[in-house]
Amino acid sequence: MKRQIPIMLAIIASVCPVIAFFFPDRWINEWFNQRLDAWMVIIASFALLLGIVSMIQVNIHKIRRRARGWGFSIIILVTFTLMAAFGLFGGQGERADGSLYPFTWMFQFVFSPLQATMFSLLAFYVASASYRAFRVRNVEATLLLIGALIIMVGRIPLGTLIHPLVPDIAEWVMKFPNTAAQRGIIIGAALGAASMSVRVMVGIERPYMGKS
Amino acid sequence: MELQLPGFGQWIAAFFTLFVFSFLYKDNILYRFAESVFAGVSFGYYIGLAYINTLEPNLFSPLFGDFSSNWSLLIPFAFGVLLYLRYVPKLAWISQWSLAVYIGYYIGVNLLQRLHGEILPQTKGTMLPLNVEFGQLIGNLVVIVGVITVLIYFFFSSPHRGPLKPAARTGIYFLMISFGASFGYTVMGRISLLIGRLTFLVDEWARPLVATVFGG
Repeated sequence: MKRQIPIMLAIIASVCPVIAFFFPDRWINEWFNQRLDAWMVIIASFALLLGIVSMIQVNIHKIRRRARGWGFSIIILVTFTLMAAFGLFGGQGERADGSLYPFTWMFQFVFSPLQATMFSLLAFYVASASYRAFRVRNVEATLLLIGALIIMVGRIPLGTLIHPLVPDIAEWVMKFPNTAAQRGIIIGAALGAASMSVRVMVGIERPYMGKS
Repeated sequence: MELQLPGFGQWIAAFFTLFVFSFLYKDNILYRFAESVFAGVSFGYYIGLAYINTLEPNLFSPLFGDFSSNWSLLIPFAFGVLLYLRYVPKLAWISQWSLAVYIGYYIGVNLLQRLHGEILPQTKGTMLPLNVEFGQLIGNLVVIVGVITVLIYFFFSSPHRGPLKPAARTGIYFLMISFGASFGYTVMGRISLLIGRLTFLVDEWARPLVATVFGG
C-alpha cells in the first residue's frame, strides 16, 4: 500500500489535465483544470513552508552545536521571524496616511536593495569569468566571444560610434543564429520533458517517492 | 529642488548596499551580516507572500467566510498538512501522497504545455519560406540549418559519426554564438543593476546628505 497509493494518486492527478484538454466541457474544465490549478497552488504554498522548516532546523542545529558562524544563524532566524511576522500579521502596501506597512517597508528598504546589490556584485565576477572563458583557444571559444561582444557593443551607443552597422549586426545575430540555437534547445528540452512526463504518468519514474 | 536629509529607509538601504560591496575588498563580517539578513528576510518575504497572495485569499478566507460553498478546499488543505508528516518517522510515507498528487498534476500539465506550447509552435516557426528576397532567404536558411544541426547535436542515441559529425559540429557553433549572446545580455543586466545601485547611493543618499550637511 505504501507504494501503490502514491503511484495511483500520481497517475490519476496526471491524467486530469489531459482529460480537461481533450474534453473541453465546462464542467470538466472547472473541476479538472481551474479547481485543481487552485488546489495545487495551495499545496505548493505548504511545500514552501516545508522548506522554511528545514531552514529553521538547520540553523537551530548550527546554533546548538556552536558551529562556525553560528552568530549569523541567529541573524537569519531573527530577520526571518521579523519579516514573516510582518507578512502574516502586519498587512502590506500603503496605509491611508501614505506610510508603508512594515512588510512593504522591509521589502523596499532591505530586501530589494540587498537583492539588487547581491546581483550587481556579480558584474565584477562576470568580468573575471569572461576573461577566463574568452581566452581564445579554439573555434567554439572564438564564436562565444564574438557573440557576446556583438551583443554587448551592439546594444550601447559605443556600437554606433564604432560603425553604424554594428547595432544591425547585433540585431541579425539575435534574430537568426540565436533564434536557431534557442529553438533547437527548446525543442530538444521539450521533447525530453514530454517523454519524462509520459514515464511519470505510467509510473516508470517516481520522483515523488524519493527515488525512481 | 530642495534636498532633504535621507530618511531612515535610505540609510538602511545605503548601509546594506555598502556592506555587500565591501565583499569586493575581501570576505568580512559586514558582508556576512548583510548576507545573513538577506537570507532571513528572503525566507520571511516568501512566507509573507505565500500567505498574503495564496493561502489567505484562496484558502483561509473562502473556508472561514463561506464554508458550505468552499468545503472542497479542505482537500488541498489536507494534502498540504500531510506534507508535514515527513517529520513523524512512522507516518512519513503518507507525505508522499501530497507530493504524488502535486508532481503528477504538473507532469500532466507539463506534457500538454511542452507539446502544445513549445514543440508544435517552434517546429512550425522553423518551417520558413525560401522564395523570399535574398537577405531574408539567408536568414531563413540560417534558422533552418541551425535548428536541425542543434537537434542533431542533442541526439545522443547514436554516435556522431559520418555525416552526423559535421552536422553536430555546426550545431555546436550555433550554440556557442547563442551562449555568447546570452552571456552578453547577462553581463549587461548585471552592469545595469550595478549602475542602479551606484545611482541610488549617489543620488538618494550621498548627495542629499552632503548638500544638507555642508549646504549646496
